[in-house]
Amino acid sequence: MKELQGKIKQLFDDKKVDLVIGWEKGSLPMSSSPLFINNPEDINKLIFDETCQNNLAVYLTKDKRRLSKDNKKIGIVVKGCDARSLVLYCVEQQVKRENIVIVGVPCNGVIDKKKVLEKTDNREVLEYRCDGNKVFVKGRDFELSINKIEVLSDSCLSCTYPDAPEFDEFIGTPRSEDKTKDEFKNVNDFEKLSLDKRWATINKEYSKCVRCYACRNVCPSCYCNTCFVDQNDPQWIGKSPEITDTIIFHLIRNLHVAGRCVECGACARACPEGIDLLLLNKKITKEIRERFDYTAGIDINEKPAMAAYCENEKQDFIMG
Amino acid sequence: MTWQPKILAILCNWCSYAGADLAGVSRLQYPPNIRVVRIPCSGRVDPLFIMKALQTGYDGVLVSGCHPGDCHYLSGNYFARRKFAMMKPMMEFIGIEPDRLQFSWVSAGEGERFADVVTKVTNDIKKIGPIKKLVKGV
Repeated sequence: MKELQGKIKQLFDDKKVDLVIGWEKGSLPMSSSPLFINNPEDINKLIFDETCQNNLAVYLTKDKRRLSKDNKKIGIVVKGCDARSLVLYCVEQQVKRENIVIVGVPCNGVIDKKKVLEKTDNREVLEYRCDGNKVFVKGRDFELSINKIEVLSDSCLSCTYPDAPEFDEFIGTPRSEDKTKDEFKNVNDFEKLSLDKRWATINKEYSKCVRCYACRNVCPSCYCNTCFVDQNDPQWIGKSPEITDTIIFHLIRNLHVAGRCVECGACARACPEGIDLLLLNKKITKEIRERFDYTAGIDINEKPAMAAYCENEKQDFIMG
Repeated sequence: MTWQPKILAILCNWCSYAGADLAGVSRLQYPPNIRVVRIPCSGRVDPLFIMKALQTGYDGVLVSGCHPGDCHYLSGNYFARRKFAMMKPMMEFIGIEPDRLQFSWVSAGEGERFADVVTKVTNDIKKIGPIKKLVKGV
């Protein structure tokens, strides 16, 4: 933490940044809030720990304040997945690489609040502390010690890029790709089910959706000016939580982030109903990787899979 | 009357639509189950069109464009191919019969091939039966 704050201070001293986006301690236990540092005095508020689950990259594209208007150079503190979002933004020309200063932090996964609340039977957590691999939570009439791995976000459990693949500064030494994890375990298991079983499961899962669009709003890859669900002339899909409309919304959103999803898991953590949104995202990532050998947000000079083509690629799905 | 599938055929203006036209003027026989929508290029096809068709009760969708390399706009069908490559496995993944969704390349001179494609698609969808999943209000 001290090292991070020192590094940011140095960036301000060297006049390399006008604004730094990071995290500060949230007002509730196990939460953090985005912190916008314009003034070096605020640097001591800066933190990074397992509660810093927001993907801060979204502030570069979706924020109504248009941060890049007033600030020439923006520094941003990133985990591995957030850095991949930034690479994606550079590739898609949403930000200029020279206008951002990427400060990577070593990430060991973030916790999912919903998982903690599951452990406490939805009783309010008043005190939270993390110590190595253990998480301690305390409420009005209970006290619990949980293994951290049990409350880590699903996306972190299958994360292969814990540290930023692209950065200007890094706190510590960056690790490269983690190949030990089975990224697509859930996808492979799901694929083994029969067609009708899959349909039934998807129906059951997505019937929980209330169409709050939290998943879309928090997604770093979803930054269209007008989302297809908000469009009403022509109105393509219904706005009520009717199951077919809901499934179409999620499927199309998924196809929109094909080859662009960085699997940060922000959608799943933001979902108030706890829908397993990562399943579809992981599936599309797997398809993109198998077919086009492309992983989003790794190489700043590579075109996104869906914006490129190869003349003689496999077309087994097209009628002969 | 026995059930007959209703199939939406999305055809590109420059090749497949002309191919369908040729099939017509050559008086070739093919099943009358398709309803044709003409589009400028297969690259214009948004996955949303296909989903919407299934949601409103079409039993299947056929998308057809120019052969690779023949696109009027040079690369529209290459991008379309990437989109379709993602679409089909995703539909299958969520549990919709993959054969409801069919893609083909038919050129303006392939009237016979167009008739064959339509016959094959119709037979395939007849085998699967009427659509029950994803239809609104069922």
